[in-house]
Amino acid sequence: MSRRPISISIDRLRGKRPATGPARRLPGDERSCPHCQSHFRAEEMERNCYVCAVCDHHFGMTARQRLDHLAGGEPWEEIGGELRAADPLRFVDLEPYTERVRAAEAKGATEAMISAYLEIEGQPCVVSAMEFGFLGGSMGSVVGERFARAAEFAVARNVPLISVTSSGGARMQEGVLALMQMAKTIVALDELADARLPFVMVLAHPTTGGVWASFASLGDVTYAEPGALIAFSGPRVIEQTTHEKLPANFGLAERQFEHGHVDAVVDRRELPARLGRLLGILEQPPRDESQSLASQLAQNGSERAARMAQALPSLSRRLRGRPADATYHPSRGHSGS
Amino acid sequence: MSTPTASSGRGGRFVRRIAGRLAGSEAVPGDTWDAVLLARHQDRPYPLDYIARLMPDFEELHGDRLKGDDPAIVAGIGRYHGAPLAVIGQQKGRDAQDRAYRNFGMPSPEGYRKGMRLMDLCERLEIPLVTLIDTPGAFPGADAEERGQGGAIARSMLMMLRLRVPTVAVIIGEGSSGGALALGVADRVVMLENATYSVISPEGASAILWRDASKAKLAAAAFKPTAANCYRWGVADAVVPEPEGGAHSAHDEAARLLDGYLSRTIRELQALPLAERRRQRRERFRRLGAMREATSA
Repeated sequence: MSRRPISISIDRLRGKRPATGPARRLPGDERSCPHCQSHFRAEEMERNCYVCAVCDHHFGMTARQRLDHLAGGEPWEEIGGELRAADPLRFVDLEPYTERVRAAEAKGATEAMISAYLEIEGQPCVVSAMEFGFLGGSMGSVVGERFARAAEFAVARNVPLISVTSSGGARMQEGVLALMQMAKTIVALDELADARLPFVMVLAHPTTGGVWASFASLGDVTYAEPGALIAFSGPRVIEQTTHEKLPANFGLAERQFEHGHVDAVVDRRELPARLGRLLGILEQPPRDESQSLASQLAQNGSERAARMAQALPSLSRRLRGRPADATYHPSRGHSGS
Repeated sequence: MSTPTASSGRGGRFVRRIAGRLAGSEAVPGDTWDAVLLARHQDRPYPLDYIARLMPDFEELHGDRLKGDDPAIVAGIGRYHGAPLAVIGQQKGRDAQDRAYRNFGMPSPEGYRKGMRLMDLCERLEIPLVTLIDTPGAFPGADAEERGQGGAIARSMLMMLRLRVPTVAVIIGEGSSGGALALGVADRVVMLENATYSVISPEGASAILWRDASKAKLAAAAFKPTAANCYRWGVADAVVPEPEGGAHSAHDEAARLLDGYLSRTIRELQALPLAERRRQRRERFRRLGAMREATSA
């Protein structure tokens, strides 16, 4: 039934709406499927998580829609929302960078990534979701900073970090400073790793360039949405450079799965449940603070290491003439065992 | 226009000189384009040219132990001022045949994995690492994609960030895109006087931003990828001078000038406690960027 051609154009429908919202279309605002031409009402789209009910095509989503979806409609707390793009190079290509930013901001988003603290199926976590509608989801200084703050917030709250990417790569208009954001996201992930917290990646369409070549490749667990293009160099660049003829499914999530670059291709409608389950699996039981390093080692069967750990505090006390606690933190609770 | 102040030593003096030279001419596209051409000069010394002059005893390693060997990246260990030193760098070719063999200095995942093999060796044997960066970018090929080009770059950055040994990255020619940064996450990042460092090559930017492959000169002028600018932005910690006329005109002298900087910097880094060195390395990349805060968030 929904395959029937629609006589009313989207533009005419749009014209009837009260002129309060932004006039230009955003990702997540398209309601005609590019694959099967089915057309949906806005509430139908939202109910089906912006997935075509006929052919399962995954439409684009704004970062807000993504966070609402993952949080199950519950409110979320934004991290680093006050940050805005600057123009360090006073960059001009076909139009000035400041104009591009202004136009992108006028569409409603503040940058190409929103970081937020929320719960997925009851599991608290931090999510960094990208906004393809903001300059192609490109990673400039603000995206790098919002990602880093997300990781630091996750460390402070002792919760996992999840990122949903949708990006063309580094933001060229910020030049080499955009390139440096790749390194900044790596630093953030290293701090997360120091805190023994998981990083889960969800690769949405598209994830390319410097985003794929930095944090997006480093998920402890990596999911991809069906049909998402995942590549360092996009198909057009490759064809122009090497004159190779690429297969139609080049770089798509399903092919990346075949090549071993993602753990699973997950339908968006199942994503919250899947993420919730994963975070549940990864959740550590509460650590018994009174348990000493020595008894932990003994439990693990390395008795010699346990004896050494037991000997250490008294040894260092004798050698250095001050309490072992000041220097040897892990065995702080050792005295009784 | 204010001239940047040097943190220490001769690096600063040369930066001031270069910055002064640029100050009056920054807006002229041709000048930045000259810098791009100079950074890519075919007679410029490549990693193997520096290695031959800085460490006569050098053992080059080959292969990533997974699939193959990538000639676009050279990696090995050599004797440097009485101690072992590891070097990884992108190698371009000089004549047509060599250029094709080296894939124009565009690494494949195997090259980065060979580099990571060497980083692992550095870690176990406590050998400092120097990277010599000179690439138009990582190779954009279907095979490279399927063998994990993106992941190889990301993991190379992460591994470099985590190294416990002192690391110095030197942009010796053109440093373009993630293909360069994969070897650039070091304690100190320095650029030779005529080197460039940018998010993408001017040709790539021209095709994407101007939708016209012939606008590379405009792109170069917009990116301002010179050593002096990178120093101003904090992307480069110092600028190493080149011989009069450029490194291509006198390889021995170029190597001698780099030697002076490298040996001193490695000594300085070795004098820092490990925890402090790692803190500084993280902080260095954590703070890079330019943004503003909305007045009413």
